[in-house]
Amino acid sequence: MFRYFIKRLVMMLVAIFFIILLTFLMMHAVPGGPFTNDKKLSPQIEEAMNEKYHLNDPLPVQFKDYLVNVLHGDFGPSYKYPGKTVNGFIGQGFPVSARLGFITILFVLLAAIPMGIVAAVRNGKWQDMLLMALATIGVTIPSFVIASLLIYFFAFRLNWLPTYGIDSWKGYVLPVIALGGYSVSYIARLMRSSLLEVMGQDYIRTARAKGLSEFHVITRHALRNALIPVITVLGPTIANLMTGSFVIEKIFAIPGLGVYFVNSVSQRDYTTIMGVTIFYAAFLMVMVLIVDLFYCMIDPRIKYD
Amino acid sequence: MSEDTILQVKNLRTTFHTSRGDVQAVRGVSFHVNKGEIVGLVGESGSGKSVTCMSMLRLVPDTAEVDKDSSVLFEGSDLTRIRGRQMRDIRGEKIAMIFQDPMSSLNPLIPVGKQVSEMIAIHHPEKSKEERKQETLSLFEAVRIPEPEKRYSSYPHEFSGGMRQRIMIAMALANHPDLLIADEPTTALDVTIQDQILKQLRGLRRDYQTSIIFITHDLGVVAELCDRVEVLYGGLIMEEARIDDLFDSPRHPYTLGLLSSIPSVTQDRTRRLKPIPGSPPDMTNPPRGCPFAPRCPYARRICAVALPEFTTIGAEHRSRCWLLDPEAPASNNPFRPESEGQTQEM
Repeated sequence: MFRYFIKRLVMMLVAIFFIILLTFLMMHAVPGGPFTNDKKLSPQIEEAMNEKYHLNDPLPVQFKDYLVNVLHGDFGPSYKYPGKTVNGFIGQGFPVSARLGFITILFVLLAAIPMGIVAAVRNGKWQDMLLMALATIGVTIPSFVIASLLIYFFAFRLNWLPTYGIDSWKGYVLPVIALGGYSVSYIARLMRSSLLEVMGQDYIRTARAKGLSEFHVITRHALRNALIPVITVLGPTIANLMTGSFVIEKIFAIPGLGVYFVNSVSQRDYTTIMGVTIFYAAFLMVMVLIVDLFYCMIDPRIKYD
Repeated sequence: MSEDTILQVKNLRTTFHTSRGDVQAVRGVSFHVNKGEIVGLVGESGSGKSVTCMSMLRLVPDTAEVDKDSSVLFEGSDLTRIRGRQMRDIRGEKIAMIFQDPMSSLNPLIPVGKQVSEMIAIHHPEKSKEERKQETLSLFEAVRIPEPEKRYSSYPHEFSGGMRQRIMIAMALANHPDLLIADEPTTALDVTIQDQILKQLRGLRRDYQTSIIFITHDLGVVAELCDRVEVLYGGLIMEEARIDDLFDSPRHPYTLGLLSSIPSVTQDRTRRLKPIPGSPPDMTNPPRGCPFAPRCPYARRICAVALPEFTTIGAEHRSRCWLLDPEAPASNNPFRPESEGQTQEM
């Protein structure tokens, strides 16, 4: 188990190295730079800026310098906002995104798993049809469309909820639904098909033959087995929701990590692009690792060594 | 229903509604089981033997429908009529089942000890946790699982197929059921383990007067274990006989075919086993006449047209075959003394 853990950590570091390398190369391959603006800077100033941030050094040298900084835990200064650092952006943005993400995850789990169970148990009945129709809509309609519709009805027409900001709990309602809509639908469908498959297994027939009620057959014998595929997708889902949806944060004007990221890309704020990408990748990998370790607890057949 | 009879199945019909049409898996099966008796249900895959037993406990999937005219009388109640709680009180307590595939019949996420003790807990909630554990351990000992204490908290994947089947048996025996249904319990196992499991089933009958329905396609196992046999084909019982009668004087061509496809130790090795040519009928559209007629070497014109009724041959021996009809001609008829030699030709 410990050896497996170490192996995974080493693999993560290797993966991160390549993510840094690829992002770095792609970023520099894109035309323009942090100091390319609508208003043309005088060549002297641009030259001075490039000199200051070592952007005139050969790429391998820049890359090496950057790696050394990252290894010291320093993602560097923002090129666009003087006096701000990328570490500062992450420190400001991530807690906001994580808070919204955490609430969304709770919403997703509490909605999707019961939905999937009800749909599976009432397979083919109207409850199943209704829930799966909703889930199909949730999977197919993009979150920004859902967000716009939610704002239109609940904020603009009914005036129940604010259109933007997260100053009170009310501000969370619409972003959470818009952000979690896809995951709720996806996980509900997964839960349904997984539970249906499990219900057809021989050991469920054994459980019935023991004289268990259908309720206990599901709760004691089927659910845990059916949750395994759901847990698999949970790792990436959690990472996704916690690091912030760029679109949803933008629509609801939530100052999360996503907004910094989107802005940094369009402004060629090199260090911010790199920093947020690395942070996101590392967070995703840690979540996947946690989920993999969690498998052992739920499924005794899985042994890591 | 005589005093000794604990189970009386009458005209059991089970139909699966599928997208390809209705599959008539069981088409009117009637038989009984006496107290302490071991009855074999024999037939090849798809003959309806498993579905018959699953239908009795209503363990068939939702797509299956048991006909309204069917009845399964067990200890005074009709299992096709009772619902919910009543049925659950019978499952696992009065009638227990051992399933065909021990690899997939245990829940992979629950320790085996817990799965067995759950069987006790469901029907005897008054027993304490410790009591249940002790009973489970002695069951493990009874089915000869080595180091029961240590194995109690092991998971199914840590056991071999034979061991898992023993756990299934331990589970089925937990509440000393009156009737045990064993659905090909030895099919997935090698011969030495098979032998031990058959011994255990015999011991069970001896010690507890448990009745057993033993489902198999292996007449060799039947000969070792059963008192009486029902031979199924195409969702129907073709022949019913006491074990000696079945082997000494089979009265159905299908039984003859099954018997000549058993290998025997004394048999001349240069002689090949004789499989029954052809394959079982498509049950979405079962033949109008005798389902075995298309594969039967003795089939006559009438066999394809009309389903024969049972002919009683002796005490507890009946068979569904036109060749037994008093008007059946003697030529090419294995059941007439004139053509005794034909039996060997099968």
